[in-house]
Amino acid sequence: MENDKIITVQNLVKKFGSFTANDNLTFDVYRGEIFGFLGANGAGKTTALRILCGLSSPTSGEVKVAGFDIYRETEKIKKNIGYMSQKFSLYEDLTVSENIQFYAGIYGISPKKRKEKEALLLQKLEMTGARHKLIAGLPLGWKQKLAFSVAVFHDPKIVFLDEPTGGVDPVTRRKFWDLIYEVASNGITVFVTTHYMDEAEYCDRVSIMDAGKIEALDSPANLKKTYNAKNMDEVFIQIAR
Amino acid sequence: MKQLKSFIKKEFYHIFRDPRTMLILFGIPIAQLLIFGTVIKSEIKDVHIAIFDQAKDETTMQITNKLLSSGYFILDENLSNTAGIEDIFRKGKVKEVVVFENNFEEKLTREGTAAVQLIADASDPNMARLVTSYTTGIINDYIRKLNPNLQIPLQIEPQVRMYFNEEMKSAYLFVPGTMALILMLISAMMTSISITREKELGTMEILLVSPLRPSQIIIGKVLPYLMLSVINAFVIVLIGHFVFGVPVTGSFILLMLETILFILMALCLGILISTVAKSQMVAMFISMVALMLPTIILSGFIFPIENMPKVLQLLSHIMPARWFIAIIRGIMLKGTGLLFVWKETLILVGMTLIFIAVSVKKFKIRLE
Repeated sequence: MENDKIITVQNLVKKFGSFTANDNLTFDVYRGEIFGFLGANGAGKTTALRILCGLSSPTSGEVKVAGFDIYRETEKIKKNIGYMSQKFSLYEDLTVSENIQFYAGIYGISPKKRKEKEALLLQKLEMTGARHKLIAGLPLGWKQKLAFSVAVFHDPKIVFLDEPTGGVDPVTRRKFWDLIYEVASNGITVFVTTHYMDEAEYCDRVSIMDAGKIEALDSPANLKKTYNAKNMDEVFIQIAR
Repeated sequence: MKQLKSFIKKEFYHIFRDPRTMLILFGIPIAQLLIFGTVIKSEIKDVHIAIFDQAKDETTMQITNKLLSSGYFILDENLSNTAGIEDIFRKGKVKEVVVFENNFEEKLTREGTAAVQLIADASDPNMARLVTSYTTGIINDYIRKLNPNLQIPLQIEPQVRMYFNEEMKSAYLFVPGTMALILMLISAMMTSISITREKELGTMEILLVSPLRPSQIIIGKVLPYLMLSVINAFVIVLIGHFVFGVPVTGSFILLMLETILFILMALCLGILISTVAKSQMVAMFISMVALMLPTIILSGFIFPIENMPKVLQLLSHIMPARWFIAIIRGIMLKGTGLLFVWKETLILVGMTLIFIAVSVKKFKIRLE
């Protein structure tokens, strides 16, 4: 089961007018892995991620997410994925508990099950005392952790993270990756876009995009070997040049 | 269904926790109604006048008394010549001067005719017209009572009656109009703002990625505001009735149903605006400029549609408020039933359906 493909992308093309944001992408993501999707700003990584989430439809190409076709089975895909963007996307005027209730509600989780999971989650995040506080008053790091936990609250098969650590300090970022590892160890596939190269090291495999094309796709160790580089930073600079 | 329930619950949290939203929803309607109610007046009260009585006989005295006891006029001063009239008007307080000619009573009895001159300050033409016509009415009334047997050859005397509003109360005009304006503005503005806010905050993406369908998102956005707007409409009718004395002659249930239809139309219009607007500011601007002014000017709220140039008359046909105002005026004042307003109702239903169809379609397009 380890080598099960959970996302398959073949010849994915996305055009905005005459501009080609995704130029013939082909790649697979395996079940349970942390898949890093790297690229400079404007390389087309967010566009590809939005297509995989069903927020945007491709111009052409074949895409399957969690075994479902992106054109015909969007509703089934939506039940099996989680999503978190760089904006964290919690409702600031709702309390911690109310946000959890809302997300549990729209994913159809029963109140009983929600209460159990909510208690466990808040304990784990050490936020039990803040459960009735408004999101607006929480520190950024807490918001980020909570937004991620909410995105996987319904136990999706895949969680998509769009630059989840943007604008956060290195220590908080490191802690956030602990959360990602934990989720991955529970068998949830993590698909993450980032432009922090230190984060690329944490991924099982990374793909590096430049100008709409995937230029490299392998594990960080292999990439470093191939490009004869000390770290991912150097790999990236060689590719994106 | 459960999904929708948690969505609606969340919407109510947003509404009740935002003081600005609460103010727009409940403060502005009541303030607007009370302001329109006290400002828009087509009747006069306590207008300052001056009198230049050259005759000073019994008849002129009686006419003067009649004028002053009517409640419409207050005597500011008695003039002794015509020279000061312009100066009085320039001061601005006096709006009309009544001039009786010499030997008024004598002329009236002997020759059967006597002249009263009414000079009005027409820098405000509406006011001048009102004041002179009220004065004329009182004088004519007096003469007729003075001599009921007065038989002037071939005189035609129109008997005027104002049906549905015997006292010509302006509240009858503005309460339905304000109701349309308020419901239109609030419903369209609130939904468009609340949807664009989700876009700005990035939470809309979360909603679109979730299993919620676009139709569920739209219903979840519309339903809370529909409920609150119906309460609003109810409050407006109550204030109209108990503060301004506007009756509900027809069926109250029909009135409420038509109101719900109009609110629904406005809410869908709000969704349509939100699909075009990128930010809350733009949404608010579009709702205000594109909805408020045309609704006030072209709906027949204040200015009669029949008096407009042909082009504007045609344009008024696409104003939803025009049809709604016709409907509620019919129900509230004339007591008409659905039999007489079905055409207007059908137009509103049509508009609602078009807005719903276009919004749902646009909403889906944004998914792509």
